[in-house]
Amino acid sequence: MVAFKSLAVAMLKGFFRDKMAVFFAVIFPLMFLALFGGLLGGSGGSEIDVEQVGKVSVLDDAPKEVRAYLKESLDIHRTSDEKAAIRKVRTGDADAMITQRGDTLVVRFSQADQVKAATVQGTFQGIVQSANIAVTGQQPKYALEADQVEDDSLSTIQFFTPGLMGWAIASGATFGAATNLVVWRKNGLLRRLRLAPVPTWAVVLARIAVSVAIAAVQAAIFIGVGVGLFGLQLTGSWPMIVPLLAAGTLSFMAIGLLAGAVAKSEEAAVGIANFVVLPMAFLSGSFFPLDGAPGWVTAVSEVLPLKHLNEGMLDTMVRGEGPGAALLPIVILLGFAVVVSAVASRVFRWDD
Amino acid sequence: MGAEITAEGLVMTYGDVRAVDGVSFTVASGEFFGLLGPNGAGKTTTLEMVEGLRRPQSGSVRIDDHIPSKREPELQRRMGVQLQASSFFERLTAREQLDTFGALYGVAAGRTDEMLEQVGLVDKADDRTEDLSGGQKQRLSIACALIHDPDVVFLDEPTAALDPQARRNLWDVLRSINDSGRTVILTTHYMDEAEALCDRVAIMDAGRILELDTPAALVRGLDAPVRISVAPGTLDADEARAMAGSDDVADEESGLTITTRDPARILTELAHRDALDGLSVKGASLEDVFLDLTGREYRA
Repeated sequence: MVAFKSLAVAMLKGFFRDKMAVFFAVIFPLMFLALFGGLLGGSGGSEIDVEQVGKVSVLDDAPKEVRAYLKESLDIHRTSDEKAAIRKVRTGDADAMITQRGDTLVVRFSQADQVKAATVQGTFQGIVQSANIAVTGQQPKYALEADQVEDDSLSTIQFFTPGLMGWAIASGATFGAATNLVVWRKNGLLRRLRLAPVPTWAVVLARIAVSVAIAAVQAAIFIGVGVGLFGLQLTGSWPMIVPLLAAGTLSFMAIGLLAGAVAKSEEAAVGIANFVVLPMAFLSGSFFPLDGAPGWVTAVSEVLPLKHLNEGMLDTMVRGEGPGAALLPIVILLGFAVVVSAVASRVFRWDD
Repeated sequence: MGAEITAEGLVMTYGDVRAVDGVSFTVASGEFFGLLGPNGAGKTTTLEMVEGLRRPQSGSVRIDDHIPSKREPELQRRMGVQLQASSFFERLTAREQLDTFGALYGVAAGRTDEMLEQVGLVDKADDRTEDLSGGQKQRLSIACALIHDPDVVFLDEPTAALDPQARRNLWDVLRSINDSGRTVILTTHYMDEAEALCDRVAIMDAGRILELDTPAALVRGLDAPVRISVAPGTLDADEARAMAGSDDVADEESGLTITTRDPARILTELAHRDALDGLSVKGASLEDVFLDLTGREYRA
């Protein structure tokens, strides 16, 4: 127990004193979070700027609840200068201009932002139709109830935090285990420990504890920055990320140990780890969602542990699923860790 | 203190190469024992079998009643090991290395200061090992091997790659290890080191022990002549040749050198003639023994 503790402390000190390792494990992924959160977060707002010229009865005479609903999605400015309003739309300062000519509602929009163009057309189409029905004095027969499947507070940060955090933890655990193994084998420390009255399991357990501790620090910083700076909102069963991260760390540590056992030098170990982690991060949806990806990509991603970690974290952190959603990913991650560790232990060497 | 070591018929083969080819020796409790030989002689592999890092392909090792390759904690607690490379934890200070190794052996933290003192690293205690010089690293790694006050100490080429000052410096540390009655096994490819430190030396080459004895006995057994030199012009060459006991005389610009197997007699003659200017007397060394045994240029 004393041996385990002192080994773990030595490894932790070694990690936190390695400025490069800390940079790549913590700061570098946070830079991506800031980039994605800042860049994409701004355009994520779906409010539409509308220039209203003159009186538009379908808007002005709409019932209270409709007006309240419109207020949420439309930001209406009143003006009397139609030409100036159109110019605003053309230069992108406004998204649409509306005015009423007789019984016709005229909408002018720019095709520059196609998503907004479609939204503008759809919104006003709906307004005109409901106004038409209202004129007939009949109660509408059909009603539409639309609600997004995610939590209400949906925004880019909700998607990127779990993915980038998964990537950060995958890199941290893989690189940490790989370089640790190679360096200790090269400098003879593994042999030295073999001649000390320390059971092998104490060395392995110390490495596991350190990897999990580093992952916990990464997760705490990520969630802290996400909530504090970018308005990340966690949903109910987010504490399930604790067992998820532990299982994920074991998987990536196993990959790292395999890389470290195969590699002849520290540089080779880093190369192999990079070769594995970076493509895995792309294919697992850490940087962008896989919804539009071709079928073979999704098929490949199924065998990648990071994909299951990301899915599990998305489900429990932001999609509002119950704690049960984490169980299958945890089982898959643990299975992956067992298989890869078994392979790694076959190629493991105490010395060169 | 101390432990008895017996190695019998050790063999280790790598592919076609017999790295160790039937090595046997015993080390008495409290003895300072040296394995001397050039790089590739099989010293380190022999040492690794004795430590228990490798199981011999044939032959056996015993340290007291233990078989080291079984890696029993009771035996390992009595063994101190210093490996060839500087095997340290990355980015820890000298003090932290000693504390960590101490904890692995269940030693109270107080020993750290004592060890820093013993190897002269008190003022480097808070420096990271990466910032230590080669000699300081070696001293620290010896301190790490001694932190748990072991009965047997294994030192694998502790002075390799050190400058002469650092080597001599380390010799003092190494001598003190043995003072307290510990058994020490050292490998080295420095003849003078084996001569200066070891009670007995096994000279190895190509996986075999060629000769095993005290350094003095090895040199004596060689029956090598002594070379006596004096400054140029001190003595006439013909006069030197005429001296009883002089086997050979070389008259060179740097001086006159008499080769003899009876140095006492020659020296008396020289003193008698008041011809002792710039006198130097060179006896045979372990290096001569080694060259005599292997019959070729020393390749270290």
